Amino acid sequence: MSTFVLLTITGLGLGAMYFLIASGLSLIYGLMGVLNFAHGAFLTVGAYGAWFTESKLGGLSVLPRFLIAALAGLVVGAVFAGLVELVLIRPLYRRHIEQVLVTVGLGLAVSALVVAIWGNDARPFASPGWLGDTTTVLGARVPNDRWVEILTAIAVLVALNAFLRRTRYGLIIRAGVENRAMVTALGIDVRRAFTLVFAIGGVAAAVAGVLSGVYFGTVDPARGTSLLIFAFIVVVIGGLGSLRGTAAAAVVVGLLQQYANYYASSGLGDLSVVLLLGLVLLVRPGGLSGSFA
Amino acid sequence: MRRLVVPAAVLVVLAFVPKLSVDIPYAFKSALNTPGTLQLLALCLVFGAVAMTYDLLFGYTGLLSFGHALYFAVGVYIVDIAITRWHWSFAAALAFTALVGLVLPAILGAVSLRVGGIAFAMVTLAFAQAGSVLVFKNPYNWTGGEEGLGADYTKLPQGLVGIFNTKHLYWVALVFAAAVFCVVEWAVHSSPGRVWQAIRENELRVQVLGLRPYGYKLMVFVLASFLATAGGVVYLLLLGGATPEVTSPNFTLTLLVMVVIGGTGTRWGAFLGGALYTWADQRLGDASASHAVSSLPSVVRTPLQQPLFVLGVLFILVVFFVPGGLARIGRVRRPRTLQRLQEAMQR
Repeated sequence: MSTFVLLTITGLGLGAMYFLIASGLSLIYGLMGVLNFAHGAFLTVGAYGAWFTESKLGGLSVLPRFLIAALAGLVVGAVFAGLVELVLIRPLYRRHIEQVLVTVGLGLAVSALVVAIWGNDARPFASPGWLGDTTTVLGARVPNDRWVEILTAIAVLVALNAFLRRTRYGLIIRAGVENRAMVTALGIDVRRAFTLVFAIGGVAAAVAGVLSGVYFGTVDPARGTSLLIFAFIVVVIGGLGSLRGTAAAAVVVGLLQQYANYYASSGLGDLSVVLLLGLVLLVRPGGLSGSFA
Repeated sequence: MRRLVVPAAVLVVLAFVPKLSVDIPYAFKSALNTPGTLQLLALCLVFGAVAMTYDLLFGYTGLLSFGHALYFAVGVYIVDIAITRWHWSFAAALAFTALVGLVLPAILGAVSLRVGGIAFAMVTLAFAQAGSVLVFKNPYNWTGGEEGLGADYTKLPQGLVGIFNTKHLYWVALVFAAAVFCVVEWAVHSSPGRVWQAIRENELRVQVLGLRPYGYKLMVFVLASFLATAGGVVYLLLLGGATPEVTSPNFTLTLLVMVVIGGTGTRWGAFLGGALYTWADQRLGDASASHAVSSLPSVVRTPLQQPLFVLGVLFILVVFFVPGGLARIGRVRRPRTLQRLQEAMQR
């Protein structure tokens, strides 16, 4: 029983990270039709931004240092993602294939640049001690950072939902996902929303980057790519462009991966996720949430 | 017949390369007939040919696959495992690999082609990822995990082992590249080949004409994958072992980069792209260790030490300023291939 609880909460923590990456991917695809292969790079940039800030704040105690570093990581992620949209994606307006290709090139180049500057090895990322402690729940000793991951993802989900439902920009984004041509015809410049959506995706990916730093205790140049693949799977299972579908799929994928890795055999979790994707696509080609954007 | 004159001339010239002791400064470290240079040239030929097989899917049929690396890896790993772990003879290993190279893409293609556009891209990516996971998981200690698996050289044909025989390997690579070129040329001009291009242009119209696109797409998927598997075998011979990098999703992305740099859906584009990319990758690595680079200030030197950074940036520049790739240089208009592909993806 205690193992099951631990696996469930760890799976939810993993799902939380998948959701943070996948939500940005899903929004960007829904609005712009661009499958963003540079999203892993956003995560890497955010994580290294936080790590770099932390390494420069030697004098402070751990908690303020961690908070400042995390904040810096988020800002770096947002600014980087926004700049990518302005400089690289916008000039290729309406050329989706080229936009995807540019994000592919950017993804390769950024991880290579990070390797060039900070090397291939994982760098230790310090987080407050209580994050590494455990809380006993139903007999299971659960590391505290899992709670932070789950709560952060829920907070991001609630905030994104509120933003999309309650603000004017959210309205434009939702309308744009639904029918971009119509929004343009009504005299609204959707392109401004594009930059915003990229920046939001960048922040969410950077949050995932910082949290993965806490989860693994290190930052590492290859992690962006490996998490990105599962985020892609989550997005497709959830249905591209649907935030709630993405959240549900992230939970399913995170849990399935943990259970299969433990109860069957290590490595089988990843395979069963792939199998799930195949099944979902064969039964419902549009993903769980229905229509294909 | 006339369209074979230029390729035949190129083939003859390339066939004599191991006999030339010419030194080409900057392009290669040593003379053309030295083993190091021959191996690099052979790699260029192999990746040029594998890029051509990817172009069959991407450039000619409009299928954006992110899982082509899987079939290349099948060629690298199955032969390697069969001779090294199961101690089969080389011929038996080849026959078994050919079988897997046909059956696996037929099954996986049949599943993934049921969806189109982005979903197809994602399913192929997922299958390739499954292959990568398997290799890293190292079942029964077959694949060697992340350390890779050196091939048992006693099982390989003796004429293809050792530095002294690099020129033979070069010729094997050349024959492979020429064969792929001929098959691709023949296939895209055959009657199914015309249907592939029609599918790229407008799949709905193909259906309206009474043809079933599914069967044709499966055909090109199996053909391209089988040729990629053959390329994997040649790669294994060249390097004498398998490393898990060939299973990584990044390798498929690299193939995409090669094809786009060279020019999608053109006769020479993909081959040129693959060969140039491989050459640049290798030579940029060498150059970063050279004196000219190490004397640069660190702001410039650090990024230059990573070939992938330079190539990624070059790729972005190509997409922006040479949208048709090198094979269409000088033409300003966006190639129809990309336009059609985009329309296909949005349906």
